Amino acid sequence: MRHGKYRFLAGSLIVPLTLYGVFVLSPYLQAFQLAFTNWNGVDSAPVFTGFDNFSKLWDDPLFLAGLRNNGLMLLVVPLAVIVLALALAAGTRGTKVYRVVYFFPQLLSVAIIAVLWQFVYTPNSGLLNGALSALGLDSWRQSWLAEPNLALWCVMAVMIWSSVGFYVVLFSAAMESVPGDIMEAAAIDGAGPVTVFRRITIPLIWESVQVGWIYLGIAALDGFALVQIMTVGPGGPDNSTEVMGLGLYRTAFTFGKFGYASAMGVAIFFLTLSIAVLLLRVTKRERVEMA
Amino acid sequence: MRIKHAFLTLWAVLVTLPLLWALMSSFKTDAEIFDSPWTPPASPQFDNWSRAWEQASIGQYLFNTVIVVGGSLALTMLLGALTAYCLARYEFPGNRFLYYTLIAGMLFPVFLALVPLFFVVDNLGMLGTYHGLILVYAAYALPFTVFFLHGFFRSLPGAVAEAAFIDGASHAGVFFRVMLPMARPGMVSVGIFNFLGLWNQYLLPRVLNPDPDHYVISQGLAALAVSQGARSDWSGLFAGLVIAILPVLLAYVFFQRQIRAGLTSGALK
Repeated sequence: MRHGKYRFLAGSLIVPLTLYGVFVLSPYLQAFQLAFTNWNGVDSAPVFTGFDNFSKLWDDPLFLAGLRNNGLMLLVVPLAVIVLALALAAGTRGTKVYRVVYFFPQLLSVAIIAVLWQFVYTPNSGLLNGALSALGLDSWRQSWLAEPNLALWCVMAVMIWSSVGFYVVLFSAAMESVPGDIMEAAAIDGAGPVTVFRRITIPLIWESVQVGWIYLGIAALDGFALVQIMTVGPGGPDNSTEVMGLGLYRTAFTFGKFGYASAMGVAIFFLTLSIAVLLLRVTKRERVEMA
Repeated sequence: MRIKHAFLTLWAVLVTLPLLWALMSSFKTDAEIFDSPWTPPASPQFDNWSRAWEQASIGQYLFNTVIVVGGSLALTMLLGALTAYCLARYEFPGNRFLYYTLIAGMLFPVFLALVPLFFVVDNLGMLGTYHGLILVYAAYALPFTVFFLHGFFRSLPGAVAEAAFIDGASHAGVFFRVMLPMARPGMVSVGIFNFLGLWNQYLLPRVLNPDPDHYVISQGLAALAVSQGARSDWSGLFAGLVIAILPVLLAYVFFQRQIRAGLTSGALK
């Protein structure tokens, strides 16, 4: 009855596997190879240079600036997003219309978000300085993206602005699955709302929170599109908004140092992987089973 | 209670204000924009919108995006469903190996592949072409699609497929007429997820699509904003920005519940 099984399998799998092999798998493997060469895209054969590219990375002020800035994003953005999203998710119990609004930025391309916020931060005609003047805070007006001390924070604010809504929806969906009688029982036992939230809600929705940490941690190592579109240079005043992805992009497609850029890619890969594993371990908790 | 609502409203204002402000600015003249960011336009400048659509090529960029996203979405869904189905419902040597090789693609940051990918696409003569972007988009959307649908096809009952086989249906017939329709909820979720992901691509077209005539919307808008030439036409740029946001907003208004459910279920997988 099931004759032709292998013909069907071969016919179905050949196209997707070829596509995946050519455009995904082979570039990933080639990147590890290129990272050990000084290939510039013009010479016919890449010359093997061992770990040269990787030791150069440690003396490259631009890459180190990127590493530092991505590191700061990693410390600030996930924590801020998760705290804000938890608070907003807890607050919107029963009032769903807020969530509909909060979620919207998630749907916008990061490129569109970058253009929008570049307008908001514009010194003379931007929304932010206009709002400050309207509130009588003229002395707070800044050229936001041109100040080395402020530019990276402005970029991080946009990251937070655009991701909070998604996690509000994610967390509130998880909160809705927490049975109400557990909360009531705790309240009857004399627990205040804050205690209930900390001791009952958070442990019961921890799986979603953990997912949030990992996704946001990985996203904090990117930032390419925002920085490339929003900040001057790009990379900001005094490289204050330089990120690793931007360094890779420029090294490859502006300077044509493809071997060196691949080494940056390998470094980014291992950093991303370590951060994901680290966050997975740090956020690990006993799973609370609901009967 | 009052503090809570003030906080909730504050965030709602923070989210909507920049968007509404961009909408208002898209109807102002350049002089009005420079004069004061707050005041509404004296008379709405619809001309900004037509300038953005034609002179700034936003219309062309939207058209390109529809072709590239439409093509790659159809390809991803067809190939992703077929692959997930074969791997989930058929025993054959190498099945597990193929599955893990495929979903390993989700582990790697795209930055790692960027340089070799550029040369792969270049060597195939596909830089800056619709079909090049469509194939690359589909290839990168494949791992998640397979991962998501694999679980879905696994959980479907086998009895219906058995009955169809006994009735003499072919393998392809069982897939297209029996199993695929049963997997519809999963297809909708992952379809929404892929649509938004592909529509919003920036890094891949930025590297693989250097031809301005073929720019997709996110790329085209960013290029307009960055290029100094467009700086003189702020009002047109605001209009372009709003035009780029509108399709997604409209989709959200009509399908907001499915979109939120589709995106969050994707995250938790």
